[in-house]
Amino acid sequence: MKVRARDPQQAWKEDYESVPSRDDGLETSTISGVPLKPLYTSGDLAKREEEFPGQFPYTRGIHPTGYRGRLWTMRQFSGFATAEETNRRYKYLLANGQTGLSVAFDMPTLMGQDSDAPTSRGEIGHCGVAIDSLADMETLFEGIPLADITTSMTINSPAAILLCMYIAVAEKQGVPAARLGGTLQNDILKEFIAQKEFIFPPEPSMRLVVDSIEYCAKEVPKWNTISISGYHIREAGSTAAQELAFTLADGMAYVDACIERGMRIDDFASRLSFFFDAHIDFFEEIAKFRAARRIWARWMRDKYGARDERSWKLRFHTQTAGVSLTAQQPELNIARTAIEALAAVLGGTQSLHTNAMDEVLALPTDKAARLALRTQQLLAYETGVANTIDPLGGSFFVEALTDEMERQAEAYFKRIQELGGVIPAIEAAFFQKEIADAAFRYQQELEQKRRLVVGVNEFTVDEEEPIEILRIDPRLESEQVARVREVREKRDHARCSNALSQLRKAAAGSDNLMPYILEAVRAYATEGEIMNAMVEVFGIYTERAVI
Amino acid sequence: MATKTAIRPVRIVLAKVGLDGHDRGVKVVARALRDAGYEVIYTGLRQTPEMVVDAALQEDAQVIGLSIHSGAHMTLFPAVVQELKRRKATDIVVFGGGIIPEDDIAALKEKGVAELFTPGTPLQGIVDWLRKRFPEGSR
Amino acid sequence: MKDQPKAYVIGFTGAPGTGKSSLVDALIASLRKLDRFVAVIATDPNSPFTGGAILGDRIRMQRHALDPRVFIRSMGARGHLGGLSLAARESIRLLGAFGFDPVILETVGVGQSELEVAAIADTTVVVLTPNLGDGVQMIKAGILEIADIFVVNKADLEGHHRALTELRSMLSLSNVPGAPKAWKPPIIPTSATRSEGIDELWAAIESHRKYLASTGRGERLAAERLKEETAEVAAEIARDRVRRALAEDPALAERLLEEGTPYGTAEEILDRKR
Repeated sequence: MKVRARDPQQAWKEDYESVPSRDDGLETSTISGVPLKPLYTSGDLAKREEEFPGQFPYTRGIHPTGYRGRLWTMRQFSGFATAEETNRRYKYLLANGQTGLSVAFDMPTLMGQDSDAPTSRGEIGHCGVAIDSLADMETLFEGIPLADITTSMTINSPAAILLCMYIAVAEKQGVPAARLGGTLQNDILKEFIAQKEFIFPPEPSMRLVVDSIEYCAKEVPKWNTISISGYHIREAGSTAAQELAFTLADGMAYVDACIERGMRIDDFASRLSFFFDAHIDFFEEIAKFRAARRIWARWMRDKYGARDERSWKLRFHTQTAGVSLTAQQPELNIARTAIEALAAVLGGTQSLHTNAMDEVLALPTDKAARLALRTQQLLAYETGVANTIDPLGGSFFVEALTDEMERQAEAYFKRIQELGGVIPAIEAAFFQKEIADAAFRYQQELEQKRRLVVGVNEFTVDEEEPIEILRIDPRLESEQVARVREVREKRDHARCSNALSQLRKAAAGSDNLMPYILEAVRAYATEGEIMNAMVEVFGIYTERAVI
Repeated sequence: MATKTAIRPVRIVLAKVGLDGHDRGVKVVARALRDAGYEVIYTGLRQTPEMVVDAALQEDAQVIGLSIHSGAHMTLFPAVVQELKRRKATDIVVFGGGIIPEDDIAALKEKGVAELFTPGTPLQGIVDWLRKRFPEGSR
Repeated sequence: MKDQPKAYVIGFTGAPGTGKSSLVDALIASLRKLDRFVAVIATDPNSPFTGGAILGDRIRMQRHALDPRVFIRSMGARGHLGGLSLAARESIRLLGAFGFDPVILETVGVGQSELEVAAIADTTVVVLTPNLGDGVQMIKAGILEIADIFVVNKADLEGHHRALTELRSMLSLSNVPGAPKAWKPPIIPTSATRSEGIDELWAAIESHRKYLASTGRGERLAAERLKEETAEVAAEIARDRVRRALAEDPALAERLLEEGTPYGTAEEILDRKR
């Protein structure tokens, strides 16, 4: 062999190619199907000026201090059974060091119907807490000072009603609306796209969202009026790039709608927040979070002409991927969740929910819920990852993947625009089809063992040890039904029916509906009654299902 | 007609019962069953037991597949079986899928649900079960 | 046969995404107000490889789900048993006997199925949308010729005026010189999601029905179709007998292979006494 200095990169390439790759038949692309090189080098870096945290376009984070200034908020989503039981769980979580509340509602509440509606049978208190009227909301926050905590409420079609209930509870505690802090999910577009908890057609649904944004900009200025969510899009089977693109496209659709209403971008943009999934493909997720900030900042500044820097900053909550959890060998979910949570933290999330290991089976038990919270505390206080801002910034791989995410998202924006925007694309079932295709592709890869899920299609065990799960007492159902009926009997009937008929009239016109809903809530109109008043005017939406 | 010889595909009504809108699983299953040669009638979200049985009767389906993720399976699955009894259509086979704890599976089978598939079940597992149940009915 | 109640058959066809199902759904709602019993046969293509199909049109007609006077049946337009037409015609007769009138036959206009629909329906409605830009394709597929009524759905979308104009000029071009059509297909703008134009559509269907009745064209068509259907059934029966004979008589099959005489063998089988 001649002694000659080989070009090191060329040499690596030759060495790499001289050794056969593993022949296990497994995919080497990301879980979303983005092809990966075996090695990234400085040649993969795009030429751009060095980026810093707290500076446009915020790829490296929105705060100049990262987590040195403030750790992320540990916000565990919870709620089950009745308001009374959930209230106990909240007090338990707050006592254990949780820093914010996050309310999970049951299916009837999410679908805007009362517990005594015929189709609520079997659903009450199963996926979250049952709230029928202001009376339940009072119980839910009994003894919890709303001035001192922030609360996130995961609800969409009836979001305006639940926000009004929260405002009304605060009034009773003597806390003015202007002091309230928290987040309302209120993201109806992703319901049409992915989670399917829609009630009204898209147009009146958007009106309600804009009504609440407009109202809060004046009356509840510290409230995050919307949490534009990719989580459900991802959980419905999308790829990371689809999650990123569809979510940001939704965000822009809300911005467009608010501008059309006559609002100024800087008056509301800083109260828009986002919510992403942290899936199991570690680096892809980090790249997704970094790309999200960069894209949003550019669009807000350059396309929408926002002047206030706060309008450029994409703030987001993250939840680890429920869909990555397995019912088989459920203890493995603790490991999965820890890795996903780490990705969220390295991606610079503002708040985080870590799933409990038993969430794939039922609502979490106290013990599982505590373990999930402890996982976050372990990340924050033991691992040291919070000490350095954007620690993966400058990584050849992570930077290249961030650019790739951005590129794919921009390509989707173009296609959505060609379809006439988000709502026409929903009506053409564009998103739904893209997601169903991605979900099917992934499922096939699992079936063909081109991807492995530990404990599911490989490394299985024959006998599973059953784990303890939380059961909802079936008696609860009749108790909740009795409660809502009692509320209906005891309230001021004239005030209530007057409030509902005022709301109906307003819905047919163009007034902001928030004050009307708030009055109906104060009069103890039930959630179902308020929704029905609006359904009479707005109608009900059925989707065109694509498979 | 007296001369029907071609094999008639098995017809399956797939329905999401209950209020939740998580349709990823049911859609993936629908595609897999189509690819296995079945005729799948997808009824969409939020079906009541009455609607499901009505669809199965109008569609002359041999099988009903139910999907649920909201935790209401113990109420709604048996309600579908009951409705079939009421409409004298107990020859229609009911299976279900979704997040269903082990104990509930046994209880549901006792109540007349033929089979239950939980997350992580390979699609082929569902197809194999149908083939065993209807050996004549598909290509 | 003459005394049996017979359903009037309305065919709906159009490209995917034109909103046919929503349109049918809206039409059902109007017909229910007139207290008519409505049946829908909704077809979707089967996979040519596996024979399987996903039939999803019920979803769009869900609000009629528990109405016993609305009957919805999905069908795979599968490529055996004589395709859609034999199965559908049989179902239509049955539904008519049960008092359903009209029967709406809905199919995705891709490939052959729209022609099959036109061969069964008394009135064929072709559904278009303003923005599909599918004009050229339609002419190619011969879909213009089968339409008794055109619907431009989603007429609330931009560009529907242009679409209407284009369609009108296309129709005047497609008229064969010297053979003026007695029935000029009307063009009805609708918005199924807003239930607009539905009454106009029903009026057009009714006037086409009257046209068929008053000119005797309806009767002629029915007679022709009954004969044609009989021929198709006969072909099915013959096909079945030949297949069975070849399967059950190995000697005959072997002789066919040796001699390579399909015509002779077929005649021989069909001449056999049953």
